[in-house]
Amino acid sequence: MDLYQEIILEHAKRPLHAGLREPFDAQVHHINPTCGDEVTLRVQISGEGRSAVVADVSYDATGCSISTAATSVLADEVIGHSVKDALASFTAMRKMLTSKGADPGDEEEIGDGVAFAGVSKYPARVKCALLGWMAFTDALTKAGVDISATSASPSAPSASEPASSNTLTSSPITSKIMEDS
Amino acid sequence: MSDVTVGVAFTAQESAAIRGDFAILSRTVRGGKPLVYLDSGATSQKPRQMLDAERAFYEQHNAAVHRGAHQLAEEATDAFEGARETVARFIGAQVREVVFTKNATEALNLVAYSFSNAAGTGAMDGVDPALAARFALGTGDEIVVTEMEHHSNLVPWQELARRTGATLRWIGVTDDGRLNLADLDTVITDRTKVVAFTHASNVLGTINPVAAIVDRAREVGALTVLDACQSVPHLAIDVAELGVDFMAFSGHKMFGPLGIGVLWGRYDLLKAMPPFLTGGSMIEEVRMEGSTYADPPQRFEAGVPMAAQAVGLAAACDYLTDLGMARVSAHEHVLTEALLDGLAQRPWVRVIGPVDGKDRSGAVAFVVDGVHPHDVGQILDDAGVAVRVGHHCAWPLHRRMGVTATTRASFAAYNTVDEVEALLTALDRVPVVFGTVI
Repeated sequence: MDLYQEIILEHAKRPLHAGLREPFDAQVHHINPTCGDEVTLRVQISGEGRSAVVADVSYDATGCSISTAATSVLADEVIGHSVKDALASFTAMRKMLTSKGADPGDEEEIGDGVAFAGVSKYPARVKCALLGWMAFTDALTKAGVDISATSASPSAPSASEPASSNTLTSSPITSKIMEDS
Repeated sequence: MSDVTVGVAFTAQESAAIRGDFAILSRTVRGGKPLVYLDSGATSQKPRQMLDAERAFYEQHNAAVHRGAHQLAEEATDAFEGARETVARFIGAQVREVVFTKNATEALNLVAYSFSNAAGTGAMDGVDPALAARFALGTGDEIVVTEMEHHSNLVPWQELARRTGATLRWIGVTDDGRLNLADLDTVITDRTKVVAFTHASNVLGTINPVAAIVDRAREVGALTVLDACQSVPHLAIDVAELGVDFMAFSGHKMFGPLGIGVLWGRYDLLKAMPPFLTGGSMIEEVRMEGSTYADPPQRFEAGVPMAAQAVGLAAACDYLTDLGMARVSAHEHVLTEALLDGLAQRPWVRVIGPVDGKDRSGAVAFVVDGVHPHDVGQILDDAGVAVRVGHHCAWPLHRRMGVTATTRASFAAYNTVDEVEALLTALDRVPVVFGTVI
């Protein structure tokens, strides 16, 4: 099985940047309704507009190895990077995860995220890997960042709609796995 | 309910014959591994006999039932109503007390909505006032459920409480996964109008003491609604013996097709109830100003009914009857005890629910120290073992038991002790992969 790469198990055991920290511009709480996994995630942005940088991502998460490791990789990938790069990572990560095994991922764009390429062959687990990322983009929106360049923008049905901001149900990727709950 | 000791488990030869009826059980998964299907609590696999019955209906008798005077319409109607007779016989009910629904969830919603619909102007006209009063819900009245309910027997009652102003209360669950019967007299009181509870927990496997709950509900004049989704496929059921007022179950968990469920209800109660879904088939007379409604069960079967599924469900009942429900129970009991024994030998596994086989059905939920159930399920799946992971639509119960999610194995008549072994062997890989113990 190519799902549990060593690097994933390592991140799952010792998640990077875990714990909730001050200061922060926005905090969100996302739930995966099928399994009850949850993440509380904070972002702190410094600078504005094109020069905006993700100063910190901190989080408190309960979840499987895939979701825990994915959130760890996410934090490590985006902290200290520009918002623009962080959103590019998100787009690349999501593209790989929803490719059903076709896209091996680009280490330049997503770093340790390439270890999750195997997840895309297990449709039921894609939502696990995206839980933290959906929370992150939602938090960016709440922090006032314009994320319209990605399809996670509020104009598409997304996790940032106020009516469902605390669940993944509004995500086009995850909505179809909800029926059995 | 028959005592499980009446039956004996299937012999190896009988098991092989049963498995031969379920074509899917001989397929392989995940790169050539034999399928070990231990997720029958979610949905069961289907025997050839059921599939043949559905196919024969479509190939030879298909027509819209209860409409038309042509020969096929007559045959389809006979097949549909014949199926109702078979299902009624299977649960010891009168034929006119069996309502076909889309699934068990719809059956439970039907009952819940009949309470709030009863408050509508004229909804209970012509009904004996004492009987009508049993369906009248408002502020000060109480609805009782249990903390171990599937969302399908919880959310409809939460919603009914919200619509009517009634209060929802619940019977708690003990640490070992049984209902806290000490709560019975304090939770079910003179204010209680309805008590809805599960016969067998889809997570814990606990079989609840129906008689004790029914006795208390009767004492206070409350109606009882039993969720029998996890008992009808596994135990001999006789509604008269159970003593409840309503019972809901699904077809697809008992070797029947998807898309059909059953609501059984006492006829005098069904007769008093206003309709839930309205439209064609369920009417007596329709005028532009308003309509009157057919007697049960037709009153609750709006639209062209799922005749092929009813025929399939009847074939599934016949299949189970031929196996013998006492033997099905005894067989699953052997599997459950084997799994509980195997899990007990693994100190890094904790069973969520009763750890002994007494008053227990074949749903066994557990957690592995330090490993999320999703990851456990993934390792099992890699070995071809299909189990359910998550909260199994019983989120409050998981919260009560102090876990986010569990891994659940659940049995049906076609499972074998070898499959229990396959599960345990695959499970032993979990701590190795995740480096948690050993």
